[in-house]
Amino acid sequence: MKKPNMFIVVAAVVAAVMAATWLLLAAPGYTGNEINMTRGVTSQSTINYSLHMTVLWICIVIGIIVFSAMFVSIVLHRKSRGYNPAQFTHSTKAEIIWTVIPVLILVVMAVPATRALVNMEVAPETEMTVKITGFQWRWKYEYVEDGIDFISSLDPDSNAARRLASGTPPEEVDNYLLEVDKPLVLPANTKIKFLITADDVIHSWWVPALGWKRDAVPGFINEAWTEIMEPGIYRGQCAELCGRDHGFMPIVLHVLPRAEYDAWVLEQQNPESVSRLAASPARPAATAYENE
Amino acid sequence: MSMETTLSHDTPAHDDHHHDKPRGLARWLYTTNHKDIGTLYLVFSLLMFFVGGSMAMIIRAELFMPGLQLVEPEFFNQMTTMHALIMVFGAVMPAWVGFANWMLPMMIGAPDMALPRMNNWSFWILPFAFAMLLSTLFMDSGGPAAGWTLYPPLSLQGGQSFAFVVFAVHMMGISSIMGSINVIATILNLRAPGMTLLRMPLFVWTWLITAFLLIMVMPVLAGAVTMLLTDHFFGTSFFNAAGGGDPVMFQHIFWFFGHPEVYIMILPAFGVVSEIIPTFARKPLFGYSAMVYATASIAFLSFIVWAHHMFTVGMPLTGALFFMYATMLIAVPTGVKVFNWVSTMWKGSMTFETPMLFAIAFVVLFTIGGLSGLMLAIASVDLQYHDTYFVVAHFHYVLVPGSVFALMAGAYYWLPKWTGHMYSETWGKIHFWVSAISVNILFFPQHYLGLAGMPRRIPDYSTQFADFNMISSIGGFIFGASQLIFVGVIVHCVYKSRQKATDRVWEGAKGLEWTLPSPAPYHTFDTPPVIDETTIAHAHSRH
Repeated sequence: MKKPNMFIVVAAVVAAVMAATWLLLAAPGYTGNEINMTRGVTSQSTINYSLHMTVLWICIVIGIIVFSAMFVSIVLHRKSRGYNPAQFTHSTKAEIIWTVIPVLILVVMAVPATRALVNMEVAPETEMTVKITGFQWRWKYEYVEDGIDFISSLDPDSNAARRLASGTPPEEVDNYLLEVDKPLVLPANTKIKFLITADDVIHSWWVPALGWKRDAVPGFINEAWTEIMEPGIYRGQCAELCGRDHGFMPIVLHVLPRAEYDAWVLEQQNPESVSRLAASPARPAATAYENE
Repeated sequence: MSMETTLSHDTPAHDDHHHDKPRGLARWLYTTNHKDIGTLYLVFSLLMFFVGGSMAMIIRAELFMPGLQLVEPEFFNQMTTMHALIMVFGAVMPAWVGFANWMLPMMIGAPDMALPRMNNWSFWILPFAFAMLLSTLFMDSGGPAAGWTLYPPLSLQGGQSFAFVVFAVHMMGISSIMGSINVIATILNLRAPGMTLLRMPLFVWTWLITAFLLIMVMPVLAGAVTMLLTDHFFGTSFFNAAGGGDPVMFQHIFWFFGHPEVYIMILPAFGVVSEIIPTFARKPLFGYSAMVYATASIAFLSFIVWAHHMFTVGMPLTGALFFMYATMLIAVPTGVKVFNWVSTMWKGSMTFETPMLFAIAFVVLFTIGGLSGLMLAIASVDLQYHDTYFVVAHFHYVLVPGSVFALMAGAYYWLPKWTGHMYSETWGKIHFWVSAISVNILFFPQHYLGLAGMPRRIPDYSTQFADFNMISSIGGFIFGASQLIFVGVIVHCVYKSRQKATDRVWEGAKGLEWTLPSPAPYHTFDTPPVIDETTIAHAHSRH
């Protein structure tokens, strides 16, 4: 049988493996659906995004090398081509090489991974504190310094549409399952400390744009911190199975420029002044406990 | 039943025992024969595979579109919980014990398992354990709905049926412990003369290590669920913060069991694939000793990485760093295994019968699951990945096209030895291609869903996740249906196939099991075989 040109086979296989990789990892993005981790709006989320991409690329390159070697072998070294099997059984040198090289790759990964974790866990001096308490199936927010507290539950429109055979298609509800009656309002460009706990079972407070999630454990208080760079609306969900309505306790952040935030705080502390500050995106305080 | 009549230990009573096997139901109830018990395990696990699979179909059907169309959230949670418990404890683990029963004695030249009566008992516990577990679905308080991890305090909110769940887990644990004692006793005591440890087939090695893992961690699980039981029914406060307990302590105990548990499900898969690839590459396994040491390293590391399942619970920085580094290290011995499989194929003379196809798919798709596992090890990024569909995609890649594909590869590989007939190669290949394509349609899009922010264990989701959930569900339905082909191939092979299998079955097959007739007689190796270079498996690493 004609000896195949090794170079052509390798090139074709590598091209095919890379095409398959692209089809799996990049092409689905063209559907318009989000397929990757958000860059987010905090230093932690940005660091995590770039670390995620670094590790992903390392994995892609390893995958392409390993799978290419394998498929070159599958193309060339088959009985139907009359290929006679070699009989080599081991090579200590090879084993050492493919033990040492992965260790080196891991060390390269471990350096930024360690730095990111230190940045995540070691909180800077914070300017304000919000206590978050998970309940089945809503969140309670307490602004420790400003004496504001309220409960945030699934928006009534979503809550009606999500019932079994409700008759309302989810597409007709704005931000289906990702809207609340009263969002957590936070100032931008401010270092905020969160104290996270739960009242009944374990929940997990997660807004992807902040770059982390933290479990809310009854009887224990977890700390986390953030500094949100850009005002805007950010959405998340409970991430730890917490019972029947685990899928129905979203988190919504309204992040305001500092001045608007200060005005919102005043408004919350003096509910009569609501009309003067109607421009605030947050809903009136009067509805805060209606869902209780 | 004739090759072994010379040795003096064959007393008349012993003979009777050998040649008179009861017929019908009694044969299966009273059997102490490793092949019968292996068959029982395999049939039982196949049944559980379909029970757990039906639950997966309900899950994927509900997730087909946003909005709740079919089931209430509480029932959905029962389905995710039961699906996992049944697949882990009822399908994958018993299937590997079935393979161990059938193959270990035949691979090491032993007449049977070392403790045949206990073997019978360890199997017959299982149908009762799973009947009890499944019966909770019909009780007033419903089945367990807190996830297979049974995290308190949520799991303690379950009603009276929770006691049945705990007892079922205890029974499964007892069964597993007895099964692994049997495996260890068999391998360490019943090897034929000349079958030294470093000549054992890789499947024997991986099962020996798996059995030690089982013995070490199943009692830990039993302890954890017992503490849940007393917290629930007897007023203790192991995990109740209000009573001075700690809910997070349960997670530490559970994952000290749980992480070795995932290797319990994958190490025998490594073993099977290490038998199949050399056979169809017609070339000895590359780096046999390295494979053994890599397996042992993975087993050791599995005990010191448990808290990587818990990066979000809040742990000291140094703790998180330790568990991150230890977890990343697992990539090294796992990489060694993958490189050795590729090197085994390299310059072989390959053919691609169904077992080889499943084994190759195993290497590729398990590697994808391994690489996403490496990503999950990065503690700070795990604070994004954790409890999302990215994790669901990761562990299904290592479990379904990992463990389950290896089970199917093994089933096709040894079916002719078990039954004496060849299965239909055409239908085997159809089964392979439909499964291999649909399993990727099912699980690959779940990576995107997780990265885009979809939490796991939710019955309904925001509309932005609709497209990939629908694609995933379609893949799931095809994958589920295609497993009926598997059953068809097996039934045909056992009852209808007229193509006789040769003793060696596969041209490149090596190892003691292939020196026996096909089908393997009811009793084999009553006289220990003579081990020489031609009969040992792909084990030898030196010429």
